[in-house]
Amino acid sequence: MLRFIMQRVLLMPVLLVVFSVIVFALVQAPPGDFLTSYAATLASSGSSIGETELQALRQTYGLDKPIYVQYLYWMGNLLRGDLGLSLEYQRPNAELIGERLVLTLALAAFSFIFTWIIAIPAGILSARHQHGPIDYFFTFFNYIGVAIPNFMLALILMWLGFSVLGISVTGLFSPEFEQAPWNLARVADLMKHMWLPAIVIGISGTARLTRVMRANLLDELNKLYVVTARAKGMSEWKLVLKYPVRLAINPLISTIGWYLPQLFSGSLIVATVMNLPNIGPLLLRSLISQDMYLAGSLLLIYAFLTIIGTLLSDILLALADPRIRMRG
Amino acid sequence: MGNKTDKEGAMVTLEGGGEPLLSVRNLKVHFPMDEGRVRAVDGVSFDVQPGQVVGIVGESGCGKSVTMKAILRIVEPPGRIVEGQIMYHSRASGEAGTSKVRGTIDLVGLAPNGKEMRDIRGAEIALIPQEPMAAFSPVHTVGNQVIEAIRLHRDLSKSAARQLAVDTFRDVGISMPEQRIDSYSWQMSGGLRQRAMIAMALAANPRLLIADEPTTAIDVTTQAQILRLLRKLRFEYNSAIIFITHDLGVIAQMADYVVVMYLGKVMAQGPVDDLFHNPLHPYTQALLRSIPSVQSAPRVKLPTISGSIPHAFNRPKGCPFHPRCTSFMPGVCDRDEPELKAVDGRQLVSCFLFRDTPEVANGQA
Repeated sequence: MLRFIMQRVLLMPVLLVVFSVIVFALVQAPPGDFLTSYAATLASSGSSIGETELQALRQTYGLDKPIYVQYLYWMGNLLRGDLGLSLEYQRPNAELIGERLVLTLALAAFSFIFTWIIAIPAGILSARHQHGPIDYFFTFFNYIGVAIPNFMLALILMWLGFSVLGISVTGLFSPEFEQAPWNLARVADLMKHMWLPAIVIGISGTARLTRVMRANLLDELNKLYVVTARAKGMSEWKLVLKYPVRLAINPLISTIGWYLPQLFSGSLIVATVMNLPNIGPLLLRSLISQDMYLAGSLLLIYAFLTIIGTLLSDILLALADPRIRMRG
Repeated sequence: MGNKTDKEGAMVTLEGGGEPLLSVRNLKVHFPMDEGRVRAVDGVSFDVQPGQVVGIVGESGCGKSVTMKAILRIVEPPGRIVEGQIMYHSRASGEAGTSKVRGTIDLVGLAPNGKEMRDIRGAEIALIPQEPMAAFSPVHTVGNQVIEAIRLHRDLSKSAARQLAVDTFRDVGISMPEQRIDSYSWQMSGGLRQRAMIAMALAANPRLLIADEPTTAIDVTTQAQILRLLRKLRFEYNSAIIFITHDLGVIAQMADYVVVMYLGKVMAQGPVDDLFHNPLHPYTQALLRSIPSVQSAPRVKLPTISGSIPHAFNRPKGCPFHPRCTSFMPGVCDRDEPELKAVDGRQLVSCFLFRDTPEVANGQA
């Protein structure tokens, strides 16, 4: 077990180097560079920039060098812990990403907890009362949850919040805390705003997880070990929770690792609609403007989190299932 | 086992009195399906005496497993007991403490998952399932599941229950029980797994063990060991056993009394020697003929029962066996259902060939 974790941890830097090459190649793939799109933006807003000025800027940013030189320059900075400078914002990338990353992770944690707290019990109830009113009730909501685009749900809830409750539910902070330094009051304000986006983002995942949990449990409920437990004289709920539920959750544990990357890209529209200061909109903006060091850093962090997430869910799975722990 | 002597004492008085431990009377378990009603068990009656081994034989689909599930009250929906009684006679006399059940109870009258039924399940009537691989949870240690079975019915501390589990493991012939108890079922061999399963069933010292084809999933040499073990334990723990199997050889070795089932009905029942040496029912005769024998001439085709088991939705009218029966009497067997009646004083047979035999007092010989 320990060896397995060590192996995986040692493999991580190798994976990250491979990812960094791929990420850099992808970011560089669109024709032109940041300055081309910068010039285009200026042109569309009526002003313009001279060719000589562009050349000068290109030299300043090193955009005239060959790609591998640019890559080595970026990597060299990364190894020194420097994420580089955003070309568009003219600010250090670490500063731009920092708080947004924290908020993204917090949002992910919240919507993850919401998803599991709702979906697992709902899936269990659905399976235990298969084809009964409770099952149909959850099935109905599951279809709605999957079918409604989450940004639309966000719009509906925002409108309801505004028209019925008279509150503005966009963003993650009240205006007075928007730029405030971190303190307890700001955290409290964050919590007040966090639950709604967490639910909106988590709702389709909840619906999907409920269905999977229901299906997994239905498979397990017919297994012979359930009959054995019943024949021992265990009470029905106790035995269902101890045996089949435990086995039905096991395959879900391996999906925990995908949760974060899914949220990165999946919540983009919601984040835009609800004006959430998380990673999604920043990544989109940096890709559009070809702000390559920002985009590259974001994608690399994204890859890093995916690797960590997968490792975590593998460890969790090994802890939960002795067959994996002791045979692997 | 602390109360073994008590039990033996109780048993002597009861065998004198002849009160059965379990009487199943006219049990009917039906499964209402979209395609129609499946009469999985359709009027089954038999008795189990204390300490007796009753074998239930029949081809697959004859209702033997559903009968066993009905006795434990764990028939899966939509299956339902629609008629009949399952009388469980707990031996109240001389039984101090361990049993929460007193007197005679009709198990059909209890809520399947109610407290009363759960106090009987596992404690009074325990199950040895087939396929021990699938019958243990793979993510819990075997010991965890055995100790749980003990503590459900006995007020023991964790360490006392563990000690009892280790002792029971030793009783069923598991070597190094202290280590084995902490392993998972998939780390054990097939024979060991079945021994652990038997230990789990025995742990609460039940009076009736239901063994549902306990040897079908294991290889032949291990099978013999398990059968020997069950015979030994039956005396040590003084439990009656209902032994469900399709293997007549196993029945001949194990059972005192045999119940032959076909399509949810009892075709014949009687003491094992009578039934095997003087089979009266054409179905019993056919079953016995189809057993290969070492004495039979080589390269002679083994007799089989012609035809196949009818589908559950297409039950033949009259005697369910008549389409395959060599003694079929047109106009009789395909019209009415024969009743189970005593013939020659020892066997009960459900067949029109014996309709003229004078009725003997009801109940088993």
